[in-house]
Amino acid sequence: MEIKKHYWNEYQKEIAQDDYFYERSCIRQTFFPGSEATFLKILRKELGKKIVDDPRIHTCTGIGYHSDIVPFDTTQVICARLFSLMNGAGLKNYVPSCVTSFGIFNEVVETWKHFPEELEKTRENLRKATGREFEIPDNIAHPSDIIYNFRKELKQKMKYRLVNKETGKPLKVVEHIGCHYSKIFSEQSIGGAEFPHVLAGMIEEWGGEVVDYPERRHCCGFGFRQYLIMANRGYSIANSKKKFESMKPYKPDFIVTNCPGCAMFMDKWQYTIAEMEGITYDDYDKGIPVLTYEEMTGMLLGYNPWDIGFQIHQVQTEQLLDKIGIEYDPQDKYVGVSGIYLGEPEKPKNLGC
Amino acid sequence: MDNIKLYDLLLKDVRFREGLTACMNCGICTAICPAAEFYNYDPRQICNQVQSKDDEKIEALLISETIWYCGQCMSCKTRCPRGNAPALVISVLRKLSQELGYFTESEKGRQQYAINRTIGENIVHIGYCVTVEKIDPDMHPEQGPVWKWYYDNAEEVVDRLGGNYKKDGPGALRIIPKESITEIQKIFEVTGGAKLSDSIEHFSEDKAVEMDLSFNKSIEDNDYFSHVFTKNSNHHQK
Repeated sequence: MEIKKHYWNEYQKEIAQDDYFYERSCIRQTFFPGSEATFLKILRKELGKKIVDDPRIHTCTGIGYHSDIVPFDTTQVICARLFSLMNGAGLKNYVPSCVTSFGIFNEVVETWKHFPEELEKTRENLRKATGREFEIPDNIAHPSDIIYNFRKELKQKMKYRLVNKETGKPLKVVEHIGCHYSKIFSEQSIGGAEFPHVLAGMIEEWGGEVVDYPERRHCCGFGFRQYLIMANRGYSIANSKKKFESMKPYKPDFIVTNCPGCAMFMDKWQYTIAEMEGITYDDYDKGIPVLTYEEMTGMLLGYNPWDIGFQIHQVQTEQLLDKIGIEYDPQDKYVGVSGIYLGEPEKPKNLGC
Repeated sequence: MDNIKLYDLLLKDVRFREGLTACMNCGICTAICPAAEFYNYDPRQICNQVQSKDDEKIEALLISETIWYCGQCMSCKTRCPRGNAPALVISVLRKLSQELGYFTESEKGRQQYAINRTIGENIVHIGYCVTVEKIDPDMHPEQGPVWKWYYDNAEEVVDRLGGNYKKDGPGALRIIPKESITEIQKIFEVTGGAKLSDSIEHFSEDKAVEMDLSFNKSIEDNDYFSHVFTKNSNHHQK
């Protein structure tokens, strides 16, 4: 047992306890604005932490960088500007909302360690372009690292558990880790590439059961240019389909991911496959709900699902809310910030609601 | 240009030096690769061609469809027993292909023009790779009817979810301050980002002329854009 503990320690990472600088994500703020707001609310109101949300932040270039229209020299300096903003706020702990960004920040920092001339070039370029200076963060943690780190404290505040209220049994949860969280710099993730535990730790702590299925670690299929171009999207959907087919026999109650792209694709591709082929991956032709980890956390804390973004999922989430016994007002689902009813989305032909 | 070896140009990129050190061609990168499962693609073979240092082989890669199949998931980096990263090698090959104009010789390479015109322009003009208004349901039918509802009611929905849609101040989907956009643009000018964008644009315009397709500053009424965005010859799979 002691030996096991010793080895497991090698798969841990240091996560700053407080005083964070938050960087919003292109995909997450677009597809899951409620998840970013929920993360900030959890940190500030549930955990009493300081986290700065600076309006001057911007993309890390990640989607452009990995689709190869942005050179690495440019990406390094864009990251350096973001670090400069963090320095200006008097902070040292950088928290990028996106898994792609998390990979990129680790890539530039590792590059600077191994190739000091790249760091010097980046400093010169930033100075020349903006007059700014910067220091490398003491700590880079993904928001899912931080939620994982405080999972026990959050459990004390939760109204619900990941348990079926009718059967009393744990919900079966598929956890999908974004590739760039653990596959590039495994030592920067909880559990590494072999045993990523960042989501499994939350699920197990909060009463659920993790589904271990054959294609658990396969990519969702975003593929950057493989999705951005309409002609290539067969690549993207084929990869998600492979995962859905692999997880289906285990009858998962929902999927949770820590990557904005994965959460979006695994939701939208279920719709597309249903409309193209009439195939769904649950027993009721409604699809498997897909949540972000912030949505999962907010749901269990008792936040109104329509205030944190459950209504903008294509696979409807009421089946999951009902299983847990979460109360919600159906009349409130399609109401906007001004209190007006916005009408309902069109119903899909094959994917049930 | 004639005197400079392509291999030496690849070596100038730090990612190439980091990504390929004495590949022993074990093939584990190909075994784990999602792209190799979907496309006629073999990263092991690409590493072999590149480390031959043979310019003819490297040039063949730069004009090929092959280098555009990688999805950059980086699974190869996890598994390589020598710590290599074929996906980084691919990125460097793609960069050189765009700088030298080889990318327009392949169907998949020509697509870079559409990415430059969408994601590239978004970065330097709005500060993010994508925002809600840039994901038009007509270009993204896979997003489904809930996306269309969200797209049509963006401000009401985003702000209910704690965002700050197209307004000043912090929050999701806010307006990025003008001085930040200016600094992003200056960074692109100083570091070669603008030059690479211009290179993609320039070689694509030449190709549009050769293919007798209309080409203009907007993606509307732009036959070359429509062509590269939608064309799939279906000759890419195994």
